[in-house]
Amino acid sequence: MKIDWAALGSVFGVSLAVTVGLVALFTLGVAGLSRRERAAAQGDSTALALTGAYVCFATCAAAVAYGIYLIMAKA
Amino acid sequence: MENFSLILAIVVVTALAFDFTNGFHDTANAMATTISTGALKPKIAVAMSAALNLVGAFLSVEVANTISKGLVDESGIRPEVIFAALVGAILWNLATWLVGLPSSSSHALMGGLIGATVASAGTGAVHGDVLVTKVLLPAVAAPIVAGLAAMVATRFSYAIGKNADGEATRKGYRAGQIASAGLVSLAHGTNDAQKTMGIITLALIAGGSIAPGSNPPTWVILSAGLAIALGTYIGGWRIIRTMGKGLTDLQPQQGFAAQTSAATAILTSSHLGFSLSTTHVVSGSVMGAGLGRKGGVVRWSTATRMFVAWGLTLPAAALVGALAESVTDLGDWGTAVVAVFLVAASAAIWKVSRREVVDHTNVNDTDEPAGVVTTAIAAVTPPPAGTVADGLTATIPAQATAPATDAAVPPTAAV
Repeated sequence: MKIDWAALGSVFGVSLAVTVGLVALFTLGVAGLSRRERAAAQGDSTALALTGAYVCFATCAAAVAYGIYLIMAKA
Repeated sequence: MENFSLILAIVVVTALAFDFTNGFHDTANAMATTISTGALKPKIAVAMSAALNLVGAFLSVEVANTISKGLVDESGIRPEVIFAALVGAILWNLATWLVGLPSSSSHALMGGLIGATVASAGTGAVHGDVLVTKVLLPAVAAPIVAGLAAMVATRFSYAIGKNADGEATRKGYRAGQIASAGLVSLAHGTNDAQKTMGIITLALIAGGSIAPGSNPPTWVILSAGLAIALGTYIGGWRIIRTMGKGLTDLQPQQGFAAQTSAATAILTSSHLGFSLSTTHVVSGSVMGAGLGRKGGVVRWSTATRMFVAWGLTLPAAALVGALAESVTDLGDWGTAVVAVFLVAASAAIWKVSRREVVDHTNVNDTDEPAGVVTTAIAAVTPPPAGTVADGLTATIPAQATAPATDAAVPPTAAV
């Protein structure tokens, strides 16, 4: 019996890194939007917060697209 | 098609029934956190999951093509064996649904297949090392991997986003949860709908209806996709409740972290050839997310019941599968007896479930009376449906009375 520790280890590592990365990015994006909300309420400039948020969300969307690609690629 | 025999037709119908219970059982995996945090209305959530499951079923036939190879020797497989395996898997799925416990449909199917094969061809026909590396090890690894990822992600999320609140935040997490839940649904469709396609194809090959090595015919893909989507839409609300509310209380951040971790773990593992059960992954990530929040609590009693159910899945489905196989071995009337038993037992489980209905209206209520679950855990093997076959009723003698007495004596006697 041969247990594929390498596969198990890489599943573990990749899952952990990708999950934490994605969630952190997404949280940053949400925090950016929330900052914009506050800034807008005070009449300050919102451009930076908004751009930052959109960059974060775009990266997340790219990750989701890659996920769908992985599902399709098995065909 | 002239050799499309009666037994083959029965196997196909039973396989579709299994696919239905599979969708029904696993709606929780994709949608429980989305429903419990209120990101989507229950009905909309299951409809979306059903649609994505159907789409997923058409994306690939890879899993279907590999299902029959490896675990058991397909040379000894007759349609009756597959039928027996499906009986074991369906009954286990329904029984765990009745008590609201998430358990792996794939394990149930493999358990049934192993049991039926052993009864038919002896222990030599099962590859023990494949069983350990492909089934047991992933079952232990899945919740740990997904749970740790979800826990760390939740910590991070709360640390980074502690200043985030208001409308934008609420909307943001809502969209995030919907997206990650959709990804889980899609992955579920490509994996689980395909398992049934693989089984039906295996039966068609075993029955001599199509040539060995064929891809699943289109009607098989279509009907399997529809069966799983229908099951998903009907929704196993009991399991959704356990997953979304029973294990821990989830806030939107946690729901998002849990679902993202689950989607990532499922995709990574299937991409790297290390297949993890969706159910195990999601349960693990929900618990991880529960532990990640300060003051978050995991209800270990519920978790323990769930772990016990996981441990029992393979042997219980194998036992029922083996018994069903030995009865079908008696001849055509034996097969008929098993078929009648399956229908009767399913009807009985459904009837018991009507006593305390869980549906989209009360899926988020947590006040699950402990007595019901405690009695029910004793009845994880399906309640019998009268005297059907000696071989089969023998598996379930003690539990027969537990749910029955519960019903006969209304509220006052409730434990």
